Amino acid sequence: MNDGGLIAIFLQNLPVLVVVIPLLLAPVVAIITAPRLAWAISVAGVGGAFLAAILLQSITESIGRVTYHLGNWEPPWGIEFVVDSATSLTLVIMTGLAFFATLYARASLMSEIKHTDLGKCYAAWLLASGGLFGLVATGDAFNLFVFLEISALSSVILISMGAGADRRALSAGFNYLVIGAVGATFYVIGVGFVYAITGTLNIADLAARIADIGGGAALYAGFGFMIAGIMVKAAVFPVHIWLPAAYGYAPSAVSSLLAAIATKAALYVLARLLFTLFAGVPDITELAVTYVIVPLSLAGIFVGTVMAIYEKDIKLLLAHSSVAQIGYIALGFGLASSASVAASFVHIGNHALIKGGLFMAVGGFVAALGSRANLASFVGIGRRMPITATAFTVCGLSLAGLPLTAGFISKLYLVRAILAEGAYVITALVLLSSALSLIYLWKIIEVMWMQPAPAKAPNLAENPAIYVPLWIVALANIWFGVDASWLVAASRAAAAALLGGGL
Amino acid sequence: MLMQLAAIWNYLIVILLMMVGLFLVISRANLVKKLVGLSIFQTSVFLFYITLGRVSGGTAPILTDAPDTLYSNPLPHVLILTAIVVGVATTALGLALILRIRESFGSIEEDEILAAKNESAAADMAQAKPGAEA
Repeated sequence: MNDGGLIAIFLQNLPVLVVVIPLLLAPVVAIITAPRLAWAISVAGVGGAFLAAILLQSITESIGRVTYHLGNWEPPWGIEFVVDSATSLTLVIMTGLAFFATLYARASLMSEIKHTDLGKCYAAWLLASGGLFGLVATGDAFNLFVFLEISALSSVILISMGAGADRRALSAGFNYLVIGAVGATFYVIGVGFVYAITGTLNIADLAARIADIGGGAALYAGFGFMIAGIMVKAAVFPVHIWLPAAYGYAPSAVSSLLAAIATKAALYVLARLLFTLFAGVPDITELAVTYVIVPLSLAGIFVGTVMAIYEKDIKLLLAHSSVAQIGYIALGFGLASSASVAASFVHIGNHALIKGGLFMAVGGFVAALGSRANLASFVGIGRRMPITATAFTVCGLSLAGLPLTAGFISKLYLVRAILAEGAYVITALVLLSSALSLIYLWKIIEVMWMQPAPAKAPNLAENPAIYVPLWIVALANIWFGVDASWLVAASRAAAAALLGGGL
Repeated sequence: MLMQLAAIWNYLIVILLMMVGLFLVISRANLVKKLVGLSIFQTSVFLFYITLGRVSGGTAPILTDAPDTLYSNPLPHVLILTAIVVGVATTALGLALILRIRESFGSIEEDEILAAKNESAAADMAQAKPGAEA
């Protein structure tokens, strides 16, 4: 076969390749015992998915929507992968952050995981990534459940890998397994109800038939079960309880990967359910967003922020802050205007950059300190590890939403969108929570930079394999803070595709 | 009334299993019992789907020569095969984790694990006191 043929095949199969490349490489990596080779293959796998996602994004920007029929079975009988502007933007963000997290993973995992486990760890890494990409790309409601479980089970394995450094990772992994399985089962019960009344599983076909049916107890039950199940996966308050321990005790590279992409995929699915699958029954979706999603998001924003203020362990603090940030994204979806949904997509991208970067930096500190990163061990660390600490500070300021950082753009568009809805109380609450988030960030920054390092504390070695990927992400935080035009335009297109009955 | 209930007998069992399973997951402190509850919860969904696939008067969905045979819907069975595989994987992973938890915490009771975790948290703060690592 010549090169032209291969490239043509690659281009024709883009939607499925995003998912299949990482998934197929996982068993290959699992049997490789040389960690470096396993890592190189993982980088190639996630990189391949990233490349496919970029190409998909350029395709959806020009023609709008791509579908792929698995095994050439026509939908609604076969499984369909559907990529529109919203899908491709989410995929670009997820694959991109997963790619840099994978680049970063080698040095960080080396220092936190037993070397004999590394091959298997990369296999779980690829399965988790591929599963999450599949969650976003698939256009089939039951297939979505399968990807949900692939990503959840492999995430549990990744989280439990933290047990080498801290045994609490095991119980964090177990809790996530049980809570996640209950969530996924709720989703599948909901799919059962919806299948019972429509006789189809294809999301586009479901949307059309649900619009025809227009209501009824079975439909509402299905709606409730599906939304509740996905909210568990997205860690929307109050079903976020698995998240802080899971991200806090996982190996740092895993925290970076999952914080950047895992809940984002579930939030995307939540938006898909609300605005595509159940678009035909506006009465019930409006009820759900007004009385469930918006209040819970606001509660999550405050609970997460306050927990972060009182937390002393840096990884747990960042995990609590993730709960708050998920709240902002869910809030944007909950307000359901085109501006607020676009703001949510902007924040999906920016928060992936922010949290991905912060957890990468913490991994750098953990590798150098050889102990858990908490406020006590962070005293004066700015002078001892200036390169990593500066990147941490850049991402931290972005999290707080300082101008010229990506986080500022998120807050700007979110607040503008809320104001346009005339919801002044919500605006005030969002601004207040932003101010509160400065407290926990300042707490860390003060300890890092303003307090002198303890006497005789040696300067700590910084590893380029850790700080180069970290700085790429940190600089991206500044780049998207200065010139957000691409992300904003893509997010508007995504919101238009989603609210316009997309599929 | 009784006849009506008998007609939806399967669904009543589904609801019963679902509630029993979910209650066990929430109320038990023993991790193995939690996992048993999770399995029962998932099994209730298998039964739910299989019941949905049943067509009144339909035979097993195996092709026969008779032209106007009424078949039950085979698709839910196929879906549930997938879900059973997922359930087995979940249980296996959960049991493996419980083994590891037992090895490192010396217990599979949630409250005892919590106590051990609090000790670890206290140890973290003590170990990381300024200068301790220097």
